[in-house]
Amino acid sequence: MDLKIRHVRKDYGVFPALNDVSLDIRSGELVALLGPSGSGKTTLLRAIAGLETIDDGEILFGDEDAVGWSVQERNVGFVFQHYALFRHMKVFDNIAFGLRVRDRSRRPAEADIRKKVTGLLELVQLPDLANRYPAQLSGGQRQRVALARALAIEPQLLLLDEPFGALDAQVRKDLRRWLRQIHDETGHTTVFVTHDQEEALELADRVAVLHKGKLQQVGTPDDIYDRPATPFVYSFIGDSSSLPIHVRKGEALLDQTVIPVGSVSGPDGEARLHIRPQDISLQAVGQGVQGRIALLRRNGAFRRADIEIGADRTLIEAQIPPHLEVSEGDQVGIHFERFAIYPSGSRQSI
Amino acid sequence: MLPGFGLALGFSWFYLTLMILLPLAAVVLWTASLGPARILQIASDPRIFLALRLSFGLSLAAAAVNAVFGLLLAWTLTRYDFPGRRLVDAAVDLPFALPTAVAGIALAAIYAPNGWVGSIVPFKIAFTPLGIFVALVFIGLPFVVRTVQPVLSDLDQGLEEAAATLGANRATTIFKVVLPTLTPALLTGFALAFARAVGEYGSVIFIAGNIPYVSEIAPLLIIMRLEEFDYGSATAVATMMLTLSFAVLLFVNLVEAWSRKRLGHAY
Amino acid sequence: MPTDLAIAALSPARPKPALFTSPVTEAPITRALVIAVSLAFLAAVLLLPLLAVFTEAFRGGVAKYFESLDDPDTWSAIKLTLIVTAIAVPLNVVFGLAASWAIAKFDFRGKSIMVTLIDLPFSVSPVVSGMCYVLLFGAQGYFGKYLDSINLQIIFATPGLVLATIFVTFPFVARELIPLMQEQGSTEEEAALSLGAGGWRTFWSVTLPNVRWALLYGVLLSNARAMGEFGAVSVVSGHLRGLTNTVPLQVEILYNDYNFVAAFAVASVLASLGLVTLVIKSGLEWRFADQLSASRRR
Repeated sequence: MDLKIRHVRKDYGVFPALNDVSLDIRSGELVALLGPSGSGKTTLLRAIAGLETIDDGEILFGDEDAVGWSVQERNVGFVFQHYALFRHMKVFDNIAFGLRVRDRSRRPAEADIRKKVTGLLELVQLPDLANRYPAQLSGGQRQRVALARALAIEPQLLLLDEPFGALDAQVRKDLRRWLRQIHDETGHTTVFVTHDQEEALELADRVAVLHKGKLQQVGTPDDIYDRPATPFVYSFIGDSSSLPIHVRKGEALLDQTVIPVGSVSGPDGEARLHIRPQDISLQAVGQGVQGRIALLRRNGAFRRADIEIGADRTLIEAQIPPHLEVSEGDQVGIHFERFAIYPSGSRQSI
Repeated sequence: MLPGFGLALGFSWFYLTLMILLPLAAVVLWTASLGPARILQIASDPRIFLALRLSFGLSLAAAAVNAVFGLLLAWTLTRYDFPGRRLVDAAVDLPFALPTAVAGIALAAIYAPNGWVGSIVPFKIAFTPLGIFVALVFIGLPFVVRTVQPVLSDLDQGLEEAAATLGANRATTIFKVVLPTLTPALLTGFALAFARAVGEYGSVIFIAGNIPYVSEIAPLLIIMRLEEFDYGSATAVATMMLTLSFAVLLFVNLVEAWSRKRLGHAY
Repeated sequence: MPTDLAIAALSPARPKPALFTSPVTEAPITRALVIAVSLAFLAAVLLLPLLAVFTEAFRGGVAKYFESLDDPDTWSAIKLTLIVTAIAVPLNVVFGLAASWAIAKFDFRGKSIMVTLIDLPFSVSPVVSGMCYVLLFGAQGYFGKYLDSINLQIIFATPGLVLATIFVTFPFVARELIPLMQEQGSTEEEAALSLGAGGWRTFWSVTLPNVRWALLYGVLLSNARAMGEFGAVSVVSGHLRGLTNTVPLQVEILYNDYNFVAAFAVASVLASLGLVTLVIKSGLEWRFADQLSASRRR
């Protein structure tokens, strides 16, 4: 089922938790809502589920406006951050819950419920744990049960709130791949919330980045990483440095000196240049922008250098090959291979 | 290592022994000297038997009523906001704060045939077992509220939301998800209210009427036997009270341990 | 009006989203019903008796109220209650401090037994608590003959009242202090000792200030119970007017004499004491929640 979110607004007091958010999610897609805490990502997820009311906008399930529908009517599978398993019910009864609470007219026969739950237990690879209580399971197992329970109601949409947030690193990685597999097998339209960019980029077909209740960018992981639409996305995803510059007639200036990067777009005035460490290359002194290596340190297969540039001695981070012979205190020339320039006073600046 | 261990522990054991263990040992010794046969013989005296039955029956009934209304009150106090909520919350402890004799004469005045309530109901409350029941409800209520309240306010809201997303309506959510989670706390509250009711004296004695074979509670019989210097009978009644209370509490504790085990969580 | 029209055009009239009830609360009608039923129950069961005490006490007017309070037997009952409380509560405070120091700061064999024993008096019927002392010190009790021979009376005298009061108020202070001191650990005391403070100094200037509100809380509850106890003292008192009657026993005697106004007048004094206790207790729970044992935090 397609999910369309149109101009959704939600206020908490004077502060908008969601500010004119619009997002289209195609049937069968796996989409991540990514953002720091307080960005509104969980609020958006809960609004889709009907756990939160919205103040304005539309949420379309297919072509129908679902805003007036109750949670029960929306038929979404929701996996809670701490799983919210019913502690007094065995795993089996937890998964069967959504089927057993249906009206008599829509409730499957007990034998069918049994078959369905058994199938789901196999899908989540826990066929032997039907008679355990949640307290007797590990974190990863609880996660799987929560997912099976959500899938049992044959939801139109699968929503997951920080699905891996409460797990330790190794289990998290395994479950991530496994969730992708389940998604590909079952084909549910799936939206999950995360604050972990690695998780979002690795798992999702498309990522929606939120910040302070506003949607910053929606795109494939490559779009988000390589073509950040806003300074926030640039700095939130991956490592980057930013440098105060001045734009005049298509040229970027640092302390009145033209940065040799060709012509740049954007209005004249104060601006910031954002650049990732791996998009900087070192050159001989005199070429490119002049700087001084303030600090050198090892970083995995490469080295990282903090380079002071400009009159303000702004530090930018560069990735340099380990064999390059430089040392702290050296003067160097710097070339910016790929970068982005955003006007300073723009609303999207951070 | 901090100082003062020897002094603190020594004094604690000394005081505890003198004030608690020695007096309780007297009961144990006296019970032992009577022997089970003699105790059962005393307890089977119709007057004592009826008093014990009355005390236990009414205490169970009052604790059950308190479990229902205590739960409702705890729900109201934790889930809803309304003007004066804090005041109501504080008022729940009134039975703890009001001396039992004060509560006793007040209840007797209200439920007597010419009292505020007694004059409008078509049947007698004060000076009947019903009056005793009213007093036991009064003193037991805070036990249920105060054990259920913290559990209810710590309950993960996600549980109820999960039930809703799975299609359960509100009533189903409450009866299938919330109440089973509260069961251990509710049982604890029930047990505490029951235990208190069985031994209660001050608030009951004025409203009970104390009619032999009809509205005489077990603690009153203990006092009467002591006043007659019949320590043996008094001890026998006390021992029966303790034994029966213990049996009820053991049962409640077993049920509670069983549901706690299922929940896998210590509240 | 043109202005209104302009504004209307700027914000096109969208139908407000239909309201659905939040999934974790009840429909307003259910909610109102639950509040109404539970508050009505509370009012009928708890508030009505309180109201009755004061109504009955002032039935004959204010002058009659004070007149009936001014009775020599009542005054001696008040004096006796104050004496009993003034002995029992401080003793239990000393015990509470010693026991919580030992239990919270040290490990020793029998610790859990001690904790269980401390709570024991709460699960013993007040009448049985009183009976214990009669079995020990009464005329037919274990030490009855001996006490008679040295002419010392415990039962039907002040010592019996004190003992019974200590028994029923025994756990109050200790059970407030033990969990709090366990939670606080010993690091602050160890720091004080390492800085050169002596044991007593450490106790007075580090431990005691840290638990002062919990101690006050425990004292408050002990005090209220000590002054209001009825069942246990009833067994050991002997009801000698002007001699071994505490205030609650005096209420009983006046009531049984059909002197209702006086009985309720004295009861109203006790009820006021209970109300003051409740107010201070709630105040402590709201204001110093973090400095009370966890079960008291709201």
